[in-house]
Amino acid sequence: MAKYIVKRVAMGILSIFIVATLTFFLMNLVPGGPFVAEKSISAEAQAALAAKYGLDKPLFQRYLTYMGDFVRGDMGVSLRQRGRTVSDIIFSKFPVSARLAGIAVVISLLLGIPLGCLSAYNRGKFWDSAIIVFATCGIAIPSFISSVLLLYLLGSKLNLLPTVGLNTLASYIMPVTALAIYPTAYITRLMRSSLLDVMGQDYIRTAKAKGLSNFKMIFKHALRNAILPVVTYVGPMLAGLMTGSFVVEKIFTIPGLGREFVSSIVNRDYTMVMGTTIILATLIITANVIVDILYKVIDPRINLK
Amino acid sequence: MKKFPISLHIDPEAFMPATPEEKESLVVMRDSVSFWKDGLRRLFRNRVAVVSMAVILVIVVFAYILPAFWPYSYEQQIRGSENLAPFTFSEQELSRVEAGEKVFPHICGTDKLGRDFAVRLMMGTRISLTVGLVCAALVLLVGSTYGAIAGFAGGWVDNVMMRVTDILYTIPDILLIIILAMVLRDPLKNLATVDGFRWMQTVGPNLIAIFIVFVLLYWVGMARITRSQVLVLKESEYVTAARAMGAKKGLIIRRHLLTNCIGTLIVTTTLQIPSAIFTESYLSFLGLGVAAPMPSLGSLATDAVKGMNTFPHLLLFPAIMISVTILVFNLFGDGLRDAFDPKLKN
Amino acid sequence: MKEKLLEIKDERLSFFTPAGEVKALNGVSFSMEEGEVLGIVGESGSGKSVTAYSIMGLTAFPGRLIGGTIRFNGHQVDQMKEKDFRKMRGNEVSIIFQDPMTSLNPVYTVGNQIEEVLKLHTDQTKAERRARAKELLELVGINEPEKRLKQYPHELSGGMRQRVMIAIALAYEPKLLIADEPTTALDVTIQAQILELMQELRKKLGMSIIMITHDLGVVASMCEKIAVMYAGNIVEYGTTDEIFYQPGHEYTKGLIKSIPQLGAEKVERLVPIEGQPVDLMNPPKGCPFAPRCDRCMKICLSEKPPETVLSDTHYAHCWLRQKEEYEKGAADGE
Repeated sequence: MAKYIVKRVAMGILSIFIVATLTFFLMNLVPGGPFVAEKSISAEAQAALAAKYGLDKPLFQRYLTYMGDFVRGDMGVSLRQRGRTVSDIIFSKFPVSARLAGIAVVISLLLGIPLGCLSAYNRGKFWDSAIIVFATCGIAIPSFISSVLLLYLLGSKLNLLPTVGLNTLASYIMPVTALAIYPTAYITRLMRSSLLDVMGQDYIRTAKAKGLSNFKMIFKHALRNAILPVVTYVGPMLAGLMTGSFVVEKIFTIPGLGREFVSSIVNRDYTMVMGTTIILATLIITANVIVDILYKVIDPRINLK
Repeated sequence: MKKFPISLHIDPEAFMPATPEEKESLVVMRDSVSFWKDGLRRLFRNRVAVVSMAVILVIVVFAYILPAFWPYSYEQQIRGSENLAPFTFSEQELSRVEAGEKVFPHICGTDKLGRDFAVRLMMGTRISLTVGLVCAALVLLVGSTYGAIAGFAGGWVDNVMMRVTDILYTIPDILLIIILAMVLRDPLKNLATVDGFRWMQTVGPNLIAIFIVFVLLYWVGMARITRSQVLVLKESEYVTAARAMGAKKGLIIRRHLLTNCIGTLIVTTTLQIPSAIFTESYLSFLGLGVAAPMPSLGSLATDAVKGMNTFPHLLLFPAIMISVTILVFNLFGDGLRDAFDPKLKN
Repeated sequence: MKEKLLEIKDERLSFFTPAGEVKALNGVSFSMEEGEVLGIVGESGSGKSVTAYSIMGLTAFPGRLIGGTIRFNGHQVDQMKEKDFRKMRGNEVSIIFQDPMTSLNPVYTVGNQIEEVLKLHTDQTKAERRARAKELLELVGINEPEKRLKQYPHELSGGMRQRVMIAIALAYEPKLLIADEPTTALDVTIQAQILELMQELRKKLGMSIIMITHDLGVVASMCEKIAVMYAGNIVEYGTTDEIFYQPGHEYTKGLIKSIPQLGAEKVERLVPIEGQPVDLMNPPKGCPFAPRCDRCMKICLSEKPPETVLSDTHYAHCWLRQKEEYEKGAADGE
């Protein structure tokens, strides 16, 4: 087990390193630096600014400097938001996004798993069909479309919910819904098919032959086996929520990390792009490592030695 | 107690031995059907799959054929007909109608530049579909080649190749995709002006950037699936049997591996189409998709967001179109999987 | 007369698949006394397992009983609802499945899975259940039972797992034990051990056993009565001796010829039965075995063979036997 964890963590760190390297060089391939937009600045002033931020040095040297600083925990200062360090910005924005995504995770698990079970349990009956229709539509609607439609219907037309920011509890409803629709639908489908698959296994027949009730058969024997694929989905789900947060935060004007990432790309804020990319990648990769390890703990078939 | 149901008058002829032909005629076997025939039969019996196939056909006609017959073009700006609601005419057009002229109605209204929205919707669908189809094909090509090589080579080659995908798999691709989409745009635009690359102008550098990005995003999954299929089949007994009987490698690949992988590959590729459409619309929304004047469904929806309170139909039409397209491709893909994936056959 | 433990009359069962109705059982009748060991023999798809499962209400979707009666231990099984079955399963009748590798839940310990059935049908305390589980493991010949109880199925060998399955089945000393090809998935040496164990347990506990198998060797050593099934029909039924020494159906004869005879005088060639099993969606009008039968007659193709009683315990459904009876009757008559 220890060996596996070490191996998995090492691979995670390697992945983070690759992301950082790729991002650094890609970012610098983009024509037009962060100061091009500011026409008022003279060529000399631009050169001076570039020198100040070390942009005049050779690319590879800048790369080494950046990585060295990064390992020491220094992600530099933002090129566009003068005077603020990247870590400052990230740590002030991150909790907002984390809260939003956290609520969406909890909701999709709490809704998706029971819906999937209900659907599998009533296979072929009305509720099964209704849930399948929901789940199939749910994975067909991109989050920006659901966000915009929600915004239009509940926000603008009916004026039920606030459309901007995250100041009140009610203002969470729309962004969280928009974020949670896809994972909820996906988990529902996953849970349904996995449960149906497990219900066809021999050991379920054994349980039935013992005289167990349907309830116990599902909740004791089937669910624990069927939930394994859902556990593995948690990693991709977080990645999906991150993806979703880029548009949802943009649409609902939420000051989170996702919006920061998108705007830093548009503004060519190199250091911000580097910082947010690495932090987001680290989060996702860490989550994946934890899920992988957790999976082995839940399934006793996998040898832990 | 003796049971004696036959009377003594029974025809002794009945107790004569039956001829082999008579025996043969009795065997009512289901004709053994080929993989394809069997799969298609199951596909056509699946009502959801048939309906989604029909809808896909309608969408294809809508996107690729209808614009040619449409009286408006997607770039044509009709002065005075800006921001029309569906099925309405501008004053000029009304006067032309009164003068007895036939004016084709703006079924979906017009946008703020006075362009007929119906034809823009068609073109948007065309772009989105093209993105989906081409990306799926490219992913199939790249991913399955990589996976098949790894699976067949085995040993250290396989090991190295798979470690690479393992690492790529753990990287949250969307981050790099967004950066890459950004990075690729200008260089490709410049490249398209260089001799020898001018053909890119006709396709559009943006579209090419999207293709590259998507192949990079999705090939890993396809490679893994192909490899695992190849490995399973390589180990399976009938391939061992074929090899033991001295079949050549090429024959084994063609006869056994390909016919058995192909179901899974078709299904995976089909399901790739909606996810490419999904992602393209997403990138469009972030401003990284296919650029103006060429509309994609995603960019049409994005453009409409600002004015959605006054002109909601401009948002609703592309939004519905995207969702329906993704939905039917998903459903059709599921149907294909149920019909052709032999592992799920029961 | 004392009521039989199990009495099945004209059982008809079909699977309603999307492709059509698969007639799995076409009028199966047989009965069992208490304490008897019955072997059901036949090739795959002949309906042996379907018959046995229907006694416990384990018929898999989309199968449905469409005719006939089943009486077991005083229950009218064909009228029973799922809830009634639940009370019966695991204590009055239990079952051992073919593949011990997949028949135990991988995520629970062996102890947990044995105690579960005790928890269901008794009100023992936790300690009592644990003690009983240990006792059961000893009964089925597993050493170090304490340790095994805490292990997961994947940590045990196939033979060991099948012993655990038997322990679960015997937890409540059932009246009837159904063994569905209990040794097919095991190594030959392990097979012998498991069969020996079952025989031993039967002597000790005195329950009835239905042994489902396609292996005539297994039934020869274990069973008192044998039912031979073909295409959803019992084509012959009799004591083990009768089946082996005076087989009354051509299919049975074929089966016996297709197994190696130990201690045969000369080395005989094994004779396989030619042809394909019948398609149960369109079963033949006459004798189901007719298309593969060497001595098939014209009547076999068009009429179902009636039961020919060969002795008090032996009957077969074959026109050849009818013909012999007829000829004998004619000779007697003259």
